[in-house]
Amino acid sequence: MSVLSAKLRLRRRGWFALWAAPLPVWFALFFLGPMLLLIAMSFWSVQNYRLTPDFSLSAWSYVLSLDFLWSSFWRSYGLSLLSAVLVSLLAFPASYAMAFLISPARRLTFLGLALAPFFTSYLVRIYSLQVFLGEGGVLPQMFHSIGLSGASLLNSYTALFLGHATLTLPVVLVLQTLALGNVDRTEMSAAVNLGARPLQVLRHIILPAARPGLSLGVLFAFLLSYAEFVSATYLGGGVFQTLPILLTDLIRGGQQWPRAAVVSLLMMAVLLLTSLVTVAWAYRQKGN
Amino acid sequence: MSNFQYSRRALLKSGLAAGAVLAAPSIVRAQEQRELTMLTWAGHADPEVVGPFEQAHNVRIRAKEYVGGDQMLAQFAQSPAGTYDVILADAEYVSQLYRADYIEQLDPADYPFDDFFPEFQKFEGHWYDDGLYAVFLRFGFLGLSHDLDAISRSEARSYRAMWQENLRGKVGQFDWHLPNFGTISLIEGNPAPFDLGTAAWQQVQDAALTLRPQVRGFYDYGGTLSALRSGEVAAMPGIGDWITGVLQRDGANVATTIPEQGGLQWTESLSIGKGSRNQDLAREFIRYMMSPRGQVATATLKAYPAMVPTRAGWAMLNETNPNEAARQNMSLTGANALDEIRAGRIQLRRLPVQQSLESWNDAWVRYKNA
Repeated sequence: MSVLSAKLRLRRRGWFALWAAPLPVWFALFFLGPMLLLIAMSFWSVQNYRLTPDFSLSAWSYVLSLDFLWSSFWRSYGLSLLSAVLVSLLAFPASYAMAFLISPARRLTFLGLALAPFFTSYLVRIYSLQVFLGEGGVLPQMFHSIGLSGASLLNSYTALFLGHATLTLPVVLVLQTLALGNVDRTEMSAAVNLGARPLQVLRHIILPAARPGLSLGVLFAFLLSYAEFVSATYLGGGVFQTLPILLTDLIRGGQQWPRAAVVSLLMMAVLLLTSLVTVAWAYRQKGN
Repeated sequence: MSNFQYSRRALLKSGLAAGAVLAAPSIVRAQEQRELTMLTWAGHADPEVVGPFEQAHNVRIRAKEYVGGDQMLAQFAQSPAGTYDVILADAEYVSQLYRADYIEQLDPADYPFDDFFPEFQKFEGHWYDDGLYAVFLRFGFLGLSHDLDAISRSEARSYRAMWQENLRGKVGQFDWHLPNFGTISLIEGNPAPFDLGTAAWQQVQDAALTLRPQVRGFYDYGGTLSALRSGEVAAMPGIGDWITGVLQRDGANVATTIPEQGGLQWTESLSIGKGSRNQDLAREFIRYMMSPRGQVATATLKAYPAMVPTRAGWAMLNETNPNEAARQNMSLTGANALDEIRAGRIQLRRLPVQQSLESWNDAWVRYKNA
């Protein structure tokens, strides 16, 4: 008996080890390694356009003393947070419908359709948006025909937002639908049976229960928009100077990889902090 | 079935033959076809340009394209010696190439300098202690490019047009500091627009900020083309026929005017990379590009047209493509584009003389963030 259980225990341990073993390797290879390289690179120097291993604080002092660093930082943060909230609000009715109003079989079809844009390159989708938004484009012409200004919509926040939404809306839609789909139906029926109005069910049952998933939706939309470069350049016209644009400017002008590494680390630190706070809030237990 | 077997056998045979070719020592194949590598701006290895040379010398040109002088220098610095046989660089970056010892000295006798218009013979930054390091290939002017529906040629005679109320949010800028600050410097009346003392440099930055509210966006090459083409922007300073020439060919109603305050000249030159193992071929390539045929090909380059420095090139362009010669004002009889230079209205685009490139770059990023 004890021999058998020992054997079983061993086998079970082996099984877990099999699954656990790749994790450190994976973590080291795809996260820790690049991260350490990035940190090391931020102390390197550029000599005659050549990246040279070094221990120099010049990249750090340069970037941190840029007078426009923080305005650029807050602009990036604010714009992407705004986009994340707007995209989440925009996606919510659709997610709600998919989770509660549509049969599971149809839901799969709709989710598949929502994911379809991923079959084309993001860059191509952003470029084609130029045709819709630009001078004499489809949307300005439509606006013009109903008596509004037919001016180009490019290089405006609207254009930048559409770019962000192109990237993030499908992700948010999927996350929200999954979150809403997992809300306990019996609790909802109980509330309805006890006379709760639909809005009350939404506020007191659905939203609290789906909070982790909904928050993750906002978070992912934020993360993706924050690091976004393509829309900021081709739809925002470079007018919205964000950190990713600053990063590419540092490399383009003088091949300053160490300085770009500092900006990247700054961005990653902020993203990490934002993620931790959001996740902590999302999974906070009631009453804590 | 037998058919299938036959085809399989044939496939095997040709596969073996191909394998044998691949396995043969590269020196054997080199006699058949050589390879010439070129570090260049986009579009210069177009078959229409290099095709005749490739055929005549049984060579294949392999181009590595870059965007911007800094990237070009970095690309060269990060590659083993001898990676690039030919380098096409903006003239102001030739001095950087020379100082870093990246380019070979050339023999002036190999190239048709006698046929050059006089102002291009001893071109700035190409000669060091009477030694030649780069051959002037092509050039163009930078002024005010504009949509003719929005701004007439006479309005564009002054850069001040960009500050007009009707151009609010309609001015575009090419995303590079040199031509933009250079143009502002011209507007501010600096006779040497890139040689600025501390006060004058500050004045240029301050003057630039007054233009900032008019600016619609900052564009790369493709973005510049589409923004001007669609009418998204109506005016762009510091660019020239290298953009509007492409758009005119496409039927757009745009033009480049050299305003009263003057214009800038961009120049592209050819050098031989230090340690190139194909120096004979590289020399032949530069000679081909300087021949009338090569000059016409580069003058009418699809990616961006340019003027050329040789009389023979002008003559052949007038003969074979008179419309383009007239469009670029390269007339051998009467007034032509060189008059702008001779009247002192054109300044060379240079690297900043008293500041570092870095500080101009910082100022540009700061300006964009304003």
